[in-house]
Amino acid sequence: MSVKNVMIVGVGGQGSLLASKLLGHLLLASGYDVKVSEVHGMSQRGGSVVTYVRYGEKVYSPVIDEGEADCIVSFELLEAARWMRFLKKDGVIITNTQTIDPMPVITGTAEYPENLEEKMRAKGINVDAMDALSLAQEAGSAKAVNLVLLGRLSKYFEEIPAERWQEAIEACVPARFLELNKKAFALGNG
Amino acid sequence: MKELMLGNKAVARGLYEAGCEFISSYPGTPSTEITEEAAKYDEIYCEWAPNEKVAMEAAFGAALAGRRSFTGMKHVGLNVAADPLYTMSYTGINAGLVVGVADDAGMHSSQNEQDSRHHAIAAKLPLLEPSDSAEAREFAMAAYELSERFDTPVLLKMCTRVAHSQSVVEPKERTLHRKDYEKDIAKYVMMPGNAIRRHPIVEERTARLAEFAEDCPFNRVEMGGTEKGIITDSTSYQYVKEVFGDSVSVLKLGLVNPLPKKLIKDFAAKVDTLYVVEELDPIIENHVRSLGLETHGKDLLPICGEFSQNLVAKALGGEVHEGEALDDPIPPRPPVMCAGCPHRGLFYTLKKLGCTVLGDIGCYTLGAVAPLGAMEMTLCMGASVSAIHGFNKALGAESENRTVAVIGDSTFMHSGMTGLADVAYNQSNSTIIILDNSITGMTGHQQNPTTGLNLRGDPAGKIDLEALCRAFGFENVSVVDPYDLEECETVISRELAKNEPSMIISRRPCALLKYVKHKPPVSVDPEKCRSCKSCMKIGCPAISMKSVEGEEKKKATIDATLCVGCGVCEQLCPFDAFVEGGEE
Repeated sequence: MSVKNVMIVGVGGQGSLLASKLLGHLLLASGYDVKVSEVHGMSQRGGSVVTYVRYGEKVYSPVIDEGEADCIVSFELLEAARWMRFLKKDGVIITNTQTIDPMPVITGTAEYPENLEEKMRAKGINVDAMDALSLAQEAGSAKAVNLVLLGRLSKYFEEIPAERWQEAIEACVPARFLELNKKAFALGNG
Repeated sequence: MKELMLGNKAVARGLYEAGCEFISSYPGTPSTEITEEAAKYDEIYCEWAPNEKVAMEAAFGAALAGRRSFTGMKHVGLNVAADPLYTMSYTGINAGLVVGVADDAGMHSSQNEQDSRHHAIAAKLPLLEPSDSAEAREFAMAAYELSERFDTPVLLKMCTRVAHSQSVVEPKERTLHRKDYEKDIAKYVMMPGNAIRRHPIVEERTARLAEFAEDCPFNRVEMGGTEKGIITDSTSYQYVKEVFGDSVSVLKLGLVNPLPKKLIKDFAAKVDTLYVVEELDPIIENHVRSLGLETHGKDLLPICGEFSQNLVAKALGGEVHEGEALDDPIPPRPPVMCAGCPHRGLFYTLKKLGCTVLGDIGCYTLGAVAPLGAMEMTLCMGASVSAIHGFNKALGAESENRTVAVIGDSTFMHSGMTGLADVAYNQSNSTIIILDNSITGMTGHQQNPTTGLNLRGDPAGKIDLEALCRAFGFENVSVVDPYDLEECETVISRELAKNEPSMIISRRPCALLKYVKHKPPVSVDPEKCRSCKSCMKIGCPAISMKSVEGEEKKKATIDATLCVGCGVCEQLCPFDAFVEGGEE
């Protein structure tokens, strides 16, 4: 099979590292060659962060470039718009509708663009938007946004059986948060 | 069993399997996880040293004693450790010594974009460059063999993309390789009479290594189409293969110093057009040209920044992918000081007092960013303390009463102390503020000599900053809580006014530390808020101006998921609009 590309984007501190860890575990267990590229260090401090996940028979580059992502999973709406140009034709953006103002908006030197969902759709982008924050809170913690989004992402992975996702969650999430995270995953999937 | 491993973790695995027993490092993105991961193996003694020079010398000592050792650092850390490195090239080692260095093309988390391969050439040391995690493990192990076979420290050069990408690794068992220590004054005492005899040995070793480079397993030819022949290394290899697959021929170099001659000439003879694809400086390219060969390289590819597959495709005529962008400008999202960051209150005070702030390396460098904009210089680790001394000596009274140096606790232990000795010894009227957040913050919470804990989190020696400053001869040593704006202002104004050097320790642990207990989030009473934006001056990511039902003007609102109740914003509000312990 050709290499598939998934990007996880968001704001530093939103929990995207757990999402990529879980995805990497899942894809390796499914027999693929996998590469995951992460951001560490200063950019993590509330900045725009991106994780690249690539899998297939043989993966070379650890990064995903413009026009190459099959799927972009975004923890925040503006970040979905920022990374949109990395999506390939026929790709899908799964995005949380939560908005977090970046510092230039907070200080008033820039505006947070309005109606981003509609504007992305107007460009012909397939946008699967959801209020992942509310669903995470329903599951028991605002921090479970990552599992809600992964639950939604799992719908686009027809080749991977549901049990394998459950195994990956069990392998990557600390035992005391397992039930909460499984619930968040199910809510995202539902 | 196959495992998905971060490049840095794979290096740690390689060190473990090769029987490494001693690691001394200083944290620095993107190198930090090598040492953190190695510390998970009980068989390896691991420590954070105060700085890279100390770490390298400690690793040298352990290798001299006969135990395989390692020291890891980021590219700029190698500058700090360059002094021992260049002479270790002369002494050679006893048991294997590997120096891990991680470059940061693209400057994700660094102050410059230097290319560590220059150090390998200048210090005349072999340098291995892995291109993924499997090679990171394999090269770490091979580095020990090379080190002992050629009696030399070996540089293992990572880059951000190899260090911070996970790919598949197959771990194996560990084997120990110990040596006995034997006294050898002529080899290990580098005074002129001995060093003069060691230098020719270094040159002869380089010649033998260059011969080894011709047919070593780390340099390999992958023949494909012969129209293009591409010589490449590190992560660039991955981009080349991504774009061209087998349609081109590739010479992949893993041993990048010294470089082979015959191997390159033979490869060049088999292809129509030669290209060198390497990030940062044209090191391989210059070598290829020195062999009398024509090649493309930096005429097509940039020296600045990181590569990617599209960048390589554009430069070398491959398929370039494009995506769709929105017409709206997307506001940037730069990194910011976290909500509750103890540095915020201090920088607000410095800005309010109109201070000239000479800064240093750490999270607090973000004090230079709007809206605080309260830092005017950041150069390298420790430079704030030495630079304020020079600044005040140059300008005298004109600057002494309004200039401060700010430096973190870990950075101060790294190389602020020596600058402080200059202030104390040569007597400048300087005010220095240690931002003591009780951890090394930016690299992800590493312990340091002031925290009282070691790398593994166990109790360790604890250096008392106040006692240290007094021992240096500072009579004015004050401690402030950066959450208390009034106290900060009073103490900083008082110390600046004095005609003698002062040390202020701004002490409060990093808000992200797990043991720190936070207050509940504050909230804003929209009826009291007059939209004056006083609270917006501190650049807290938890505060923004939002429309509120029934109110004409936008009002300050608090993101309760971010706010940790530090109370700095409350102290700024002239209308008492903030309410403590608002609803969760």
